[in-house]
Amino acid sequence: MTLRLWHRQSLMTTQLAELPELHQMMRQTCRDYAQKELAPIAAQLDKDHKFPAKQVKELGAMGVMAVEVPESLGGAGMDYLAYCLAVEELSRGCASTGVIVSVNNSLYLGPILKFGTEEQKKQWITPFTTGERVGCFALSEPGNGSDAGAASTLAQQEGDEWVLSGTKAWITNCWDASATVVFATTDKSLKHKGISAFLVPMPHPGLSLGKKEDKLGIRASSTANIILEDCRIPLGNMLGERGMGFKIAMQTLDSGRLGIAAQALGIAQAALDCSADYAHKRTAFGAPIGKLQAIQFKLADMALAIESARLLTWRAAMLRDAKKPFTKEAAMAKLAASEAATFVSHQAIQVLGGMGYVTDMPAERHYRDARITEIYEGTSEIQRLVIANNILKEYQQ
Amino acid sequence: MHRSSEVKHVASYLNTRGCECFGQPCESHCPVLTDRTIHVQLKTFIKIRVKPDRTGVVTDGVKHSMNPFCEIAVEEAIKLKEKKLVKEVVAVSCGPQQVQETIRTALAMGADRGIHVEVSGKDYETLGPLQVSKIFAALAKKEQADLIILGKQAIDDDCNQTGQITAALLDWPQGTFASEMTLEADKLKVVREVDGGLETIKINLPAVVTADLRLNTPRYATLPNIMKAKKKKIANVKPADLGVDVCSRLEVLKVDEPPQRQAGVKVETVDDLVGKLKEAGRV
Repeated sequence: MTLRLWHRQSLMTTQLAELPELHQMMRQTCRDYAQKELAPIAAQLDKDHKFPAKQVKELGAMGVMAVEVPESLGGAGMDYLAYCLAVEELSRGCASTGVIVSVNNSLYLGPILKFGTEEQKKQWITPFTTGERVGCFALSEPGNGSDAGAASTLAQQEGDEWVLSGTKAWITNCWDASATVVFATTDKSLKHKGISAFLVPMPHPGLSLGKKEDKLGIRASSTANIILEDCRIPLGNMLGERGMGFKIAMQTLDSGRLGIAAQALGIAQAALDCSADYAHKRTAFGAPIGKLQAIQFKLADMALAIESARLLTWRAAMLRDAKKPFTKEAAMAKLAASEAATFVSHQAIQVLGGMGYVTDMPAERHYRDARITEIYEGTSEIQRLVIANNILKEYQQ
Repeated sequence: MHRSSEVKHVASYLNTRGCECFGQPCESHCPVLTDRTIHVQLKTFIKIRVKPDRTGVVTDGVKHSMNPFCEIAVEEAIKLKEKKLVKEVVAVSCGPQQVQETIRTALAMGADRGIHVEVSGKDYETLGPLQVSKIFAALAKKEQADLIILGKQAIDDDCNQTGQITAALLDWPQGTFASEMTLEADKLKVVREVDGGLETIKINLPAVVTADLRLNTPRYATLPNIMKAKKKKIANVKPADLGVDVCSRLEVLKVDEPPQRQAGVKVETVDDLVGKLKEAGRV
């Protein structure tokens, strides 16, 4: 069923014709991969809560695990727009795989690429481009998510080592990761200015993992606490300068939220695919339900929500690629895309009726997968604050 | 791979992953073409539309993509290059401007350079295996090729002729329907899928091989290779430059959709069945 839909979709989607040839080709290769390798196994991965290690390796070989990383370091050397296209297409097949790819690219490789020394890049980037290893990003804590500046994980210098202690929460990929970017404070009195970023290999003495969270969706990706107890790392493992941690985190999230926007778009698109197909096949009152205005209006609203969010996402990615300010646009993209994902997947279940509620159809999985996109990497509320702050600045008297 | 009517067949192949033609003719006639392997034989559900003048099917505005067997051919060629058994892989395609996208896909898979033989408009509509084979034969001589690998047939017209005619024009041996090929010094061992089973032949080089489904599983274009493909060259050539006349020797009289499928009749017993068959004059 889905195979055909994807073909129909690609014919109807004009963006494919408007993107540069390079981007079209890479979008196609990701779409092909997702369609053939991810979509058929997504339901089982979700059921088993199983990390798609084989697929991650294959994606690594394709260059998708390190899209923006320059070729000299083992990456694909492409731009952020290409990355967003990749994540959307992969998420359309499997949302969990999409977030695994996104976290590795944006949240782990991203800050190291931007703030790391040449030595750090060689050590912490190159081995993570092939899909053999993935990284994770440890910012949130049990006591603070949105309030990132209130980090209470401590980093104390003892001789030529940093000693980290504290607990990080909700860390995506952590059970499957080989390294993490951890944010800890060297001086709580400085509030957010006391936070620094550190690179910690996994496993590592003093670093342990909490139990895997049993989540509503994106179940093939692992989420758990990272517990640091007398975790010792060399001084050279600080990323960027002392006190720069909060800035690193915020800038990383600015980009990361485009990856999540892309993931949300992929989930929404998959839900629309499923609904439109059903609308053709299911008959009621003597005709396919696609003939009924009630269904048509839903499909129109769903498609509109996705298309708008997609264009916002592309625009933000292109601004970032042009090295222009993109914070407001990225927040808008993530907000629009995540709300589109929850809206579209909700309506998809409605279109499918009873069939939408059972695991025989993927609609219920899209509904469960979509929900998290409004929460992680900046809640919808935080996005609104970011957008509002930017608007107010623009209108500053 | 197999089907009932010509038109339905086109649709079923074209609905395989990667090909977006929806039952419209694929840009075919490419040696070293590939798309994705046909893993699932999908039944057609897309309506192919016959042109009002019944000279063919509607192709306007349809995205063309690489023929699945040609994709397998490209993959085989690249594998040979990776094993260092061949020096250079050249992807060739005949057709209008859009064909360059298909060539670039081959380049993204790992071919070294491309040749676009420009054929458009009316000439393209009537382009068939004979003309394409003449073009390939001329190119093979010009490029001093040692091996030509093509898909065994194009999934829009299912002619299954280009490889064979090309070999004949060049007076080269041919290994068609290859499910396995091994280079052994200057000879090629080809395992062919034939109706009776598998046939193994040894042919001299230079030769023509046509790829069958089980020859290999084509790779996904990697992002770095897609980037590299941008820099690889695609040369433009016209059939006239090769001394080939693309005028068709065939005239399509008409193209029709398959007849509407009639409802069947259910019978209760074997005797009823035989009775009904006799009535219909089938027995």
